[in-house]
Amino acid sequence: MNLLLFIAIPLLTALAVLLCRNQEQVKWTALVGSLAQLVLSVVLLLLYNQERSTGNSMQMLFEESYVLFSNPPINFHFGVDGLSVAMILLTSFVLVAGILVSWNIEKMTKEFYFLLILLALGAYGFFISLDLFILFFFLEISVIPKYLLIGIWGSGRKEYSANKLALMLMGGSALILVGILLLYFNAGHSFDITELAQVTLGSRLQQIIFPLLFLGFGVFTALFPLHTWVPDGHSSAPTAGSMFLAGISMKLGGYGCLRVATYLLPEGAKQYADIIIVLSAIAILYGAFATMMQKDLKYINAYSSVSHVGFSLLGIGMLTQTAITGAMMQMVSHGVMTALFFAVIGMIYDRTHTRQVNEMGGLMKGMPFAMTVFFLVGLCSLGLPGLSGFVAEMTVFMGSWQNADTFHRVATIAACMSIVVTAVYILRAIGKVAMGPVVNEDHIAAGDVRWNEKMAAIILLAGILAIGIAPQWLNKLLSPTAEIIMNRLNGH
Amino acid sequence: MTDFITLMKHELLITVIIFLLLFVKIGKGMKNESLLTMIQVLLLLNGIAGFFFNESGSLFADMFYTSPLVAFQKNVLNIGVYLISLLFGDWLKKTPHLPEFFILLLSALLGMFLLISSGNLLIFYLALELATIPVAAMANFDLAKKRSSEGAMKMILSSAFSSGILLFGISLIYGATGTISFGELVNQINGSPLQVLAFVFFFSAFAFKLSIVPFHFWTADVYEGSPIATTSFLSVISKGAVAFIFITALYRVFGGLYEIWYWMLAVLAVLTMLTGNLFALRQQNIKRFLAFSSIAQVGFILVAISGNYTAGTSSVVYFVLIYIFSNLAAFGVAAVIAEKTGKENIDDYKGLYKTNPFLSWVLALGLFSLAGIPPTAGFFGKLFLLTAGAEKGNFWLIIIAGLNMVISLYYYLKVVRAIFMDKNENPVEPIKVSASVKLGMIICAAGIVFTGLAGKLFDYIQSLIA
Repeated sequence: MNLLLFIAIPLLTALAVLLCRNQEQVKWTALVGSLAQLVLSVVLLLLYNQERSTGNSMQMLFEESYVLFSNPPINFHFGVDGLSVAMILLTSFVLVAGILVSWNIEKMTKEFYFLLILLALGAYGFFISLDLFILFFFLEISVIPKYLLIGIWGSGRKEYSANKLALMLMGGSALILVGILLLYFNAGHSFDITELAQVTLGSRLQQIIFPLLFLGFGVFTALFPLHTWVPDGHSSAPTAGSMFLAGISMKLGGYGCLRVATYLLPEGAKQYADIIIVLSAIAILYGAFATMMQKDLKYINAYSSVSHVGFSLLGIGMLTQTAITGAMMQMVSHGVMTALFFAVIGMIYDRTHTRQVNEMGGLMKGMPFAMTVFFLVGLCSLGLPGLSGFVAEMTVFMGSWQNADTFHRVATIAACMSIVVTAVYILRAIGKVAMGPVVNEDHIAAGDVRWNEKMAAIILLAGILAIGIAPQWLNKLLSPTAEIIMNRLNGH
Repeated sequence: MTDFITLMKHELLITVIIFLLLFVKIGKGMKNESLLTMIQVLLLLNGIAGFFFNESGSLFADMFYTSPLVAFQKNVLNIGVYLISLLFGDWLKKTPHLPEFFILLLSALLGMFLLISSGNLLIFYLALELATIPVAAMANFDLAKKRSSEGAMKMILSSAFSSGILLFGISLIYGATGTISFGELVNQINGSPLQVLAFVFFFSAFAFKLSIVPFHFWTADVYEGSPIATTSFLSVISKGAVAFIFITALYRVFGGLYEIWYWMLAVLAVLTMLTGNLFALRQQNIKRFLAFSSIAQVGFILVAISGNYTAGTSSVVYFVLIYIFSNLAAFGVAAVIAEKTGKENIDDYKGLYKTNPFLSWVLALGLFSLAGIPPTAGFFGKLFLLTAGAEKGNFWLIIIAGLNMVISLYYYLKVVRAIFMDKNENPVEPIKVSASVKLGMIICAAGIVFTGLAGKLFDYIQSLIA
């Protein structure tokens, strides 16, 4: 399979959207284009599994390389392993759902869809790149669309949030850039991840480069204390924007922490593992407690995202194969879950015109479908078995427990406790919004969700259930990648 | 004779156009519109002709030197001048002295060509003057505006001052080495105190032309007062030309003093980036804003120059090409709006997207490219500058440059926010952009989008250096 398709199809879709004459055309073009991407990513999954089952044990499959610059050597070097396939799948799911929930957007429809698809293009490109420079290029591509999506279509303090997000992410990028250049000059003038993986840098050098890269990508994935853009950005963004930000953009950071920082600099990862664990444990607990205090549904999910993403970072910091597999699973699982969460919040907001929990109540009467989904996604968030959240977090905990010393055990137990807090805030919010006495009759009269919203919810629910009920396929996809990273950490 | 024609082709072509315009001026037979079209066509032909038959060689006892690299640098400047003739058409059509404007502009360009080609301090000095004095006259072209005269006055005074310093430096160099030819100077540089002193004077003349901090004070006032066509010529073409010869002078002539000027460059790069950025944060007038942003951009160029000759030259040539597209896109839009409505403040741009989507996208693309955000070419340009700077292994400089990119993003986004997000009771009314201006903007936008992804171009520039 030619991975260039993952650049070409979104690009064509985006251009086609620009050429459309009216709103209807724009919407349908975007939907068809995104469905094509969904099909493409499912095909990729099938082909990937087929290759693997025929015994192809190359680390990266479907590799392609096109020279962009010959000196410094920068190539469009593409290739996928299980982690990339899973993330691409996630991106295409969230994109389709995002386009469906924004079906009724009135303001500058064309630009909205164009930017949304550009955002997806950046994510696809990022996940298939095996060249650090190109990876960085695609990481940065998404800055403009994010900024404009929040600033133009957002709500609340949108300009402030958009600015904060753009600047913090750019700051993270600056760190990543310096890290990449240091790698380039010290590891034989190459940007290629597969080549860099053959080089073992001195531990002093790794000690310098690792924190640059990890902190840089950490900004993207809300590493405590660099998470402050997350609540503002997520809550100000339009629904599809929040879905993308929390569902995919934050995962770019996690992917980078694993693929670039940890994989290329194993010594550095070992040296800083304890700090990562402490920071992510703080993020998990702090995020959970901060969520308890929130009254706005979007802020609730934004802070809970900080907490949940903390689990992936915790898994990375634990440096065991199970924990790293769990971290990747959590990335996928949280991506689908949080996108669905924001989608439902968007559906509620469209009908009630408020996101304040205490101004709502008894919505189950008016919108049973939306509330059922809300309920399910809430349960997934608090880690109910049978849904994706449980599988991922359980794997992280199991992996963490394999470290037998007190420090790791304490951190694991502390992280586990957040689940109780999660249960409190989730059940309280759902109880108030879905059940409880009706607060405003207008909300009930607004009616249930339309077909497009239903479709979006069903697509994402399918993802949650597919991971929750039969996690084996995801595990099979991800654990080889975790194994390769572990081998590198163990010095093989 | 054939040598003379092929090697000095760029200069001769410009001279021919200047003479043509002089005759037109005497004849008085042409209307501004048709004259402008003629100039645009001539410049286009001139630009195309520049790409053919470029050889290496020197003339007049090594006073004049050219090579495919030098020819390419001249071509880059030619492209910029052609774009200026397109983008500022609306304003140019209205000036009562159109032929004079282009005579001055092309004379300055001729000076820059000679500057890039100079192989001797004498012709270097003459060319630098030729490249400066006509620009001061161009700065005065908004005859009705007081600020324009003020800008011109400031420019001529401060450039006279810097010429004085330069001449002093040159005479000291001659005193210390006994030669003014670049080729012989290289072997005479031994780092004696007198030579270092002479070099510092020589360096400060460059610093003035490139508006490196602390020689930048003239920049903002001159940029604000001048007509936008002049401002853009100053900030793009003139800076590009000086940056080209700057690298040659540093490495090819004063290479022996590398240890000294490396630290000068590094410190000045940091100061220039920081000052440009911090002052740009507070600007309301779009011309002043772009003036300070261009100061900051020069800081990045200095970072690249500090690395080594090959990487520095290739990345600077590449960056200047991209910078021409990006900055001219921004200036072009500012000019159209200023010409039609008289509005020059960033606050006036609020709500621009509602009324002028095309202009908004061009301006936004230009600004994103200046900020170095992909997929624009500015991203590659900036990154290659930083990569070149990192060749020396001084990563503090790169970290500071990276942080400066964040600061600069903040103020570029301020304009983007005004265009796309802020509401405005009376935004700029819909403007009908004339065909030639539109063509100029489309070329700029295409340049911004495609220069970065056309990797062959950068490879080509590198192959010229060898």
